[in-house]
Amino acid sequence: MRSMTAVLDRTRHGRFALAALLAAAVAMAVPFYFAPFQVFQLTMVLVYAVALAGLNLLVGFGGQISLGHGAFFAAGAYTAAIMLDRFDTGHLATLPVAAAACFLLGLGFGVPALRLRGLYLALVTLSLAVFLPPLLKRLEAVTGGSMGLTVEKPQPPAWSGLAEDQWSYFVVLAVSAVALLVARNLLRSRVGRALLAVRDNESAAEVMGVRLSLHKTFAFAWSAMFAGVAGCLYTWVIGFVSPDSFSFVLSITLLAGLVVGGLASLYGPLLGAAFVMYVPSVAQDLSEAAPGVVFGLLIIAVMFVAPTGLAGLASRAGGAVARRRAGAAASDRSSVAEPPPESTSEPSAPRTPVDPESVEAEPVGAPPRTEKE
Amino acid sequence: MRNITALRAAAAATAALLTATACSTQRGQDDQGTVAGGTCKGQQTTGITDKTIKLGGIYPLSGPASAYGTISKGVAAYFKYVNDHGGIGGRKVDFVVRDDGYQPPKAVEEARRLVEREKVFAVFQTLGTPSTAAVWDYLNQQKVPQPFVATGASVWGTDTKHPWTIGWQPNYVAEARMYAKYLKDEKPKAKVAVLYQNDDFGKDLLGGFKKAVAGSGVKVIAEESYEVTDPSVSAQMTSLARSKADVLLDVTTPKFGSQALAADAKNTQWNPVHIVNNVSSSAAVLKPVGFKNVQGVVSATYFKDPADPRWAQDPEVKTYQDAMHEYAPDADPANQFNAYGWAVASSLHKALDAMKCPTREGLRDAVRNLRDVKVGMLLPGVTLSTGPDDAFPIETLQLMRFKGERWQLFGKPVDTRKEFGPLTD
Amino acid sequence: MSTLTDLLQQVVEGIGSGAVYASLALALVLIHRFTGIVNFAQGELAMLSTYVAWQLMASGMPFWLALPVTLAVSFVGGMLVERLVIRPVQGAPELTVVIVTVGLFIFVNAAAGLIWSFTVKAFPQPFPDGGIDLAGVRMDWSTVGIIGVVAVVMGLLYLLFQHTSIGLVMRAVACNPESARLSGIRVSRVLMLGWGLAATVGAVSGVLVAPVLFLEPNMMGGVLIYAFAAATLGGFDSPVGAVVGGLFVGVAETLAGAYVDVIGPDLKVGVPLVIILAVLLVRPQGLFGRAAVERA
Repeated sequence: MRSMTAVLDRTRHGRFALAALLAAAVAMAVPFYFAPFQVFQLTMVLVYAVALAGLNLLVGFGGQISLGHGAFFAAGAYTAAIMLDRFDTGHLATLPVAAAACFLLGLGFGVPALRLRGLYLALVTLSLAVFLPPLLKRLEAVTGGSMGLTVEKPQPPAWSGLAEDQWSYFVVLAVSAVALLVARNLLRSRVGRALLAVRDNESAAEVMGVRLSLHKTFAFAWSAMFAGVAGCLYTWVIGFVSPDSFSFVLSITLLAGLVVGGLASLYGPLLGAAFVMYVPSVAQDLSEAAPGVVFGLLIIAVMFVAPTGLAGLASRAGGAVARRRAGAAASDRSSVAEPPPESTSEPSAPRTPVDPESVEAEPVGAPPRTEKE
Repeated sequence: MRNITALRAAAAATAALLTATACSTQRGQDDQGTVAGGTCKGQQTTGITDKTIKLGGIYPLSGPASAYGTISKGVAAYFKYVNDHGGIGGRKVDFVVRDDGYQPPKAVEEARRLVEREKVFAVFQTLGTPSTAAVWDYLNQQKVPQPFVATGASVWGTDTKHPWTIGWQPNYVAEARMYAKYLKDEKPKAKVAVLYQNDDFGKDLLGGFKKAVAGSGVKVIAEESYEVTDPSVSAQMTSLARSKADVLLDVTTPKFGSQALAADAKNTQWNPVHIVNNVSSSAAVLKPVGFKNVQGVVSATYFKDPADPRWAQDPEVKTYQDAMHEYAPDADPANQFNAYGWAVASSLHKALDAMKCPTREGLRDAVRNLRDVKVGMLLPGVTLSTGPDDAFPIETLQLMRFKGERWQLFGKPVDTRKEFGPLTD
Repeated sequence: MSTLTDLLQQVVEGIGSGAVYASLALALVLIHRFTGIVNFAQGELAMLSTYVAWQLMASGMPFWLALPVTLAVSFVGGMLVERLVIRPVQGAPELTVVIVTVGLFIFVNAAAGLIWSFTVKAFPQPFPDGGIDLAGVRMDWSTVGIIGVVAVVMGLLYLLFQHTSIGLVMRAVACNPESARLSGIRVSRVLMLGWGLAATVGAVSGVLVAPVLFLEPNMMGGVLIYAFAAATLGGFDSPVGAVVGGLFVGVAETLAGAYVDVIGPDLKVGVPLVIILAVLLVRPQGLFGRAAVERA
């Protein structure tokens, strides 16, 4: 029995590595295939995905709702922009500073957040998001006031032979891959398990010795840090920040993106980011007179069809497929062959087997249908 | 065994992908702009042929600034009208409108879409300072003209690093100068209270006003700002009333303009001369307040208000009204934003006519070399003028005062550039 | 005018804004009591109701007839929204329902713009022009009127919550729909009723504030933020808390904006934030909220 599990385990690891490799290959190829405009869109998907992954730590796994992550996003973006504009530092230098600044900011906010729960926390964070734009306007000497700051985008080094959009893409891809991996590992660590325990039953977790306040505060800080990193990437890609770019609507959009993508799912943030990025354009294609009408309806429609988010929908669909097909390996291949277009670019978020039960029940080595040896 | 299979599948998929990359990449096509021959040799002719010209515009059709989205309807109506009357120099205009929801990152995405996918000849109008500032670096790098942006920030004219971008409407400083001149002439000892929107628009206008009255007897004695997200400006109006100023300079956008006018009318103990800025001077802002409450309000303008009966017989306004009914039946012709769109589109028409070469470079140079070009929708006496050291097409305005049920122009059109000297940063 | 009169005038101004916030906060509290969720679309539904009233009056109906018709339409409309938009996600995670209301917000806002355009519309003032003057401090009849109506609505809600059986029922539903269902409560009916009532209270709010703020699709957007602040401060369960919270937020931000130069009108929105944070740190359930007892 033990050997059986080991084999299973190895197979799963192998598959995981393979899927990761494949996703990486696709992600690397993408900017050479698509037009610069589409590469830019994908880059923005990655940027939002990092922010959503951070929010996911807090909301999906921590069970705390934040409607103020736009503020941390803005803080990261402005940290990078100010460093580039006022101090002429290189782009790379802005990343750790933005991350650290937002981590500390999140830590500072995480302490009072401890006392608040659910709704109250959500609305306090919302007012943070409302307050930030006028504050940025007030600090005109550093932030450039309401005119904002225009900064240089990272330029591709001559040896690479890449265009600007490709270079931005690769830089963002690298950072977001690391960020998403960190997020994933955080969740698998003690911190993640503690968070889950707290979310599912706070009192029970506390009784069992989870240090509640510590974990909750750090969840906030980590989450803010991811938003800050995303903000920093945003500055690199857009090259322009202004207070009105970060209104509270951004915070609400982020939360909506996360829920639409799927809470507490590893690739939910990617799906959510793709939704936030692509659906407004789709809405406009459907109705030029009032894109908002269509966009609002689409949000509602997605929630109807997939109350637990698109990731949940994909899982359910995948599970159904896997169950229907006798050849169990099919579920694996189908997820490789027809991944959602947005997630192809992301190496660090391979599809997790949907339903562990069904995967483990697979007969090892059962020949997939297309196999010819 | 399973791994081998999976590996093969992966290899096959990768190979397929690479092949696809090599064969049908969507990337290469986008680098191929077209260039002209002959005397205009080497200049870009992307988006323009002998028969067609493709233009793109980015407006907030959704989100908090949707009220301005209707400008695109005025523009589109103009182009449709022109297309049915022979086009621009024989070219039919294809006008692509995209929505940015007033969000800079979205504006960048849409600008890229217009340039790379739609392959437009020019990005004709981006709306709002944040969206325009977010895309102008990109458009100038790509050498795509960005003529007549729909924002009055002065930076579009004072900046020298973005030759492909130019404004159109009188910049906010020019408008501020107009009010400064009016006060210096009529009320040289005026004490002014200012209500302004806390963004580039309000700050530019307030700053320009302060500069223009510097050294004169006109003094700003109180200023209050509001955020676009505020529900109301009534608290600010109460604060301003405390100052007992004899002039109120009202730098607001429409809804807040109505609120400020109403608050002023309601306060019987404080009766300053109310100067409302051009953005909020439309009849649509004044009417809800009640015409009896806005008598004597002063403003400045540069184009014909379609709701003003004075222009009812004006040929251009009639053409506009008819065209709006025909090509944009869902839009309200009396809305001044539609008229603005019409006026700016017909200005572009003139600039396109003036191109020496039918190329992007030709348009870039044409918009910067306009010599007293008359546009039907602009007030008599207001023309488009630019030159090597003047990147502000319209700098002439005329004052008006509200009387009865409409605005009455008074004084002569004033060229604020002549009056105050060229605007430098 | 002395400085004291000035100060009092600003306080009155603050009370005026506060009453506006409170009016919408009442609707938020109501829906929260019934369903346990925060409804982001509450302000937009109120705006929509106001347009209904406007449309009725534009077609010749007098105000005092249009008002009850609007309230009735809003009640039915609110129930329909629950039936069509919220029911399908009943039982889904709470956040899913909240995001559905965000979608509803975007939809209603854009639809109103499409139907009525973004041009501001005048809305008739039901209260007389002018105001009362007490030693140089002036209060408009409209402000007096808004405060009066808000007080009445608050009283009605208080009675509904505390002294009717429906109050008990909805508390049961909001707390634990499953148990409520098991004990024979028709949960969907209660939820529909909640949405209908909240929409009606919202309609009252919209009709009250429209003459002051001017009617346009974004009219309630700014109010919603402050109404959230008011409800948070007062405690999301309590109608009295919503009103006290609203008035408190209105007065505090007005005074801070007018008298504290460092804050000024641009940063005054931060004042309620600080107050709320301070209050919640001491009383996490808000000023008038009831502390939830956890069942492990």
